[in-house]
Amino acid sequence: MSTPVVYMDNNATTKVAPEVLAEMMPYFSDFYGNPSSMHTFGGQVGRKLAAAREQIAGLIGATSDELLFTSCGTESDSTAILSALQSFPEKRHIVTTRVEHPAVKNLCESLDKLTGHKHRVTQLPVDREGRLDLAQYEESLADDTAIVSVMWANNETGVLFPVEEMARIAKSRGILFHTDAVQAVGKVPIDLAKSAIDFLSISGHKLHAPKGIGVLYVRRGTPFVPFLIGGHQEKGRRGGTENVVSIIGLGKACELAAHRMTEENTRVKALRDRLEQGLLAIIPHAMLNGHPTERLPNTTNVSFEYVEGEAILLHLDQFGICASSGSACTSGSLEPSHVLRAMGVPFTAAHGSVRLSLSVYNTEDEVDYVLEKLPPVIEKLRAMSPFWQTAHQGSVGGASCKCQCS
Amino acid sequence: MWEYTDKVREHFMNPRNVGEVENPDGVGEVGSLACGDALKLTFKLDAEGRIADARFKTFGCASAIASSSALTEMIKGLTLDEAAKVTNEDIAEYLGGLPKEKMHCSVMGREALEAAIAYHRGIPLPMAQGEVVCECFGVTDLEIRRAIQESNLKSVEEITNFTKAGGGCGKCHERLEAILREVHQDTQKIIPDHRPAARLTNIQKIKLIEEVLAREIRPALRKDGGDIELVDVDGDFVVVSLRGACGTCKKSQTTLKEYVEKKLREQVLESLIVEEAKP
Repeated sequence: MSTPVVYMDNNATTKVAPEVLAEMMPYFSDFYGNPSSMHTFGGQVGRKLAAAREQIAGLIGATSDELLFTSCGTESDSTAILSALQSFPEKRHIVTTRVEHPAVKNLCESLDKLTGHKHRVTQLPVDREGRLDLAQYEESLADDTAIVSVMWANNETGVLFPVEEMARIAKSRGILFHTDAVQAVGKVPIDLAKSAIDFLSISGHKLHAPKGIGVLYVRRGTPFVPFLIGGHQEKGRRGGTENVVSIIGLGKACELAAHRMTEENTRVKALRDRLEQGLLAIIPHAMLNGHPTERLPNTTNVSFEYVEGEAILLHLDQFGICASSGSACTSGSLEPSHVLRAMGVPFTAAHGSVRLSLSVYNTEDEVDYVLEKLPPVIEKLRAMSPFWQTAHQGSVGGASCKCQCS
Repeated sequence: MWEYTDKVREHFMNPRNVGEVENPDGVGEVGSLACGDALKLTFKLDAEGRIADARFKTFGCASAIASSSALTEMIKGLTLDEAAKVTNEDIAEYLGGLPKEKMHCSVMGREALEAAIAYHRGIPLPMAQGEVVCECFGVTDLEIRRAIQESNLKSVEEITNFTKAGGGCGKCHERLEAILREVHQDTQKIIPDHRPAARLTNIQKIKLIEEVLAREIRPALRKDGGDIELVDVDGDFVVVSLRGACGTCKKSQTTLKEYVEKKLREQVLESLIVEEAKP
């Protein structure tokens, strides 16, 4: 008999909700028409797409003509940033943060090569709890700042940034504001009608819709230059035949998310808190990474000193528990997560970080199961660690890192 | 997810010989918390000078723990001379192979063994005598040279996989390329690395750019009554100022990108980007 799966890696991806799947099914091989076609058979698909667009707009307080469908969150991020740079070719400065998802971070770091022009990229630092300094943010804005791109919620720690306030500040300076909200949509209330945000990225598979569908919100009136040029789809703002079934799925997922927002912030949050407090209470030399309250309701990132994250994950895997880690070994690079390093989490702890991210599908029994299985794993690995005993005698073994990476 | 062999998984889940030998004859410690993995190896010799017991304590990922476990199993019963011949390739082979990005875990096992043998013999660790090339992970040129030779490494990326050298700030990549060339001298061609290749120094770059400007670009522009001056070279950015007829020509941007940049990329460096100096 195989071990049951306890899935606590919902910031990586989520299960497609059964209601979402049911909504999608007829559009694979019964109603497979092209929404752009002249015939009724295709036209009915077009009407269904329009309805899905309304459902998505409803969740974030947008109007349906402000949304364009993309293939993923990464495409949405690229589209927004590159559009702003093309709209203001004389502006070559971007403000972002040191903890962005690679979809934004690596793009900003590649702009010079990509565009053939030199750009300045300001990566705002964060404090020990993962928060930005708004005064520093204001100071970073310059006359040639084309766009600010700051994530709504961090994927590794769940820490929330005050993007609505930041967008207002940008707007007052005539600067476009983009937020990668893939982790926030469906978990925290968003009302774009009342905000100054110009661009917002959504990824379907983070909120129980399938992989391969994303949305970019573009505020009406915001200058826009397309990324994918082709047919007239999305009013010429994004070419390519619509990913019909996935859009329909995302529409349903957004409708569900609106209904489940309260549950997410009460029951799921309570489960997360119980899990987090339990781990911190049972396991010595454990610490929370990220601000205790300014955080997504579903995410906890805890470091266990003197052990390594990949080893923890593989032990959890034996029990069917799915989690992730910011350790160097899990990424294939030799350095731990850029987010934890930006926060100044010591190396002793960054290598031993574990992220558990819950969803409405998690239960109290599952939290108990993790609380039962995880502490002995840490104990076993610590018994094997050459630093554990030394640490208890008050001196931490090992040389410090000499490079400039922290 | 890493593709680990069953043997790696088995040694990771049920590691052999965890702990420390009492009153050890040899102690070897390598790695550090900052580096993300570390290993302490202890052994005890019997009356005939063979390794009677070997134990380890390891901080690290699954392959680091499995490599340590495998190492202790492999060296039991060997004399120190025999044990000294165990290579990281042997450890990886014992485990049915390791993902290439994880080869440094097996290297760590071998280095701990060498350190423990040197400790027993009361001699300084030979590999530590070299010059430190990678500051981030404290890897010496001797360790890098040996890894290149023994495992026939052909790129900086492979050196990083095997020794961790170059996996941090990246400042030593040029030096690693140079060591790679030295070791492979005249034997085989080096596979190009996807990371930035050995860079020209700024002065070399400026010199080459000036040469191409003088030899080809300036004469061509002068034919049309224009001229060009080099203002600055900053990394890959070449800042120039267009003079004479070029300064007022509407097509000057085309000239800059399609002609000047193209020529410089062909003859100096593929990654150069030419920009016009702001007035």
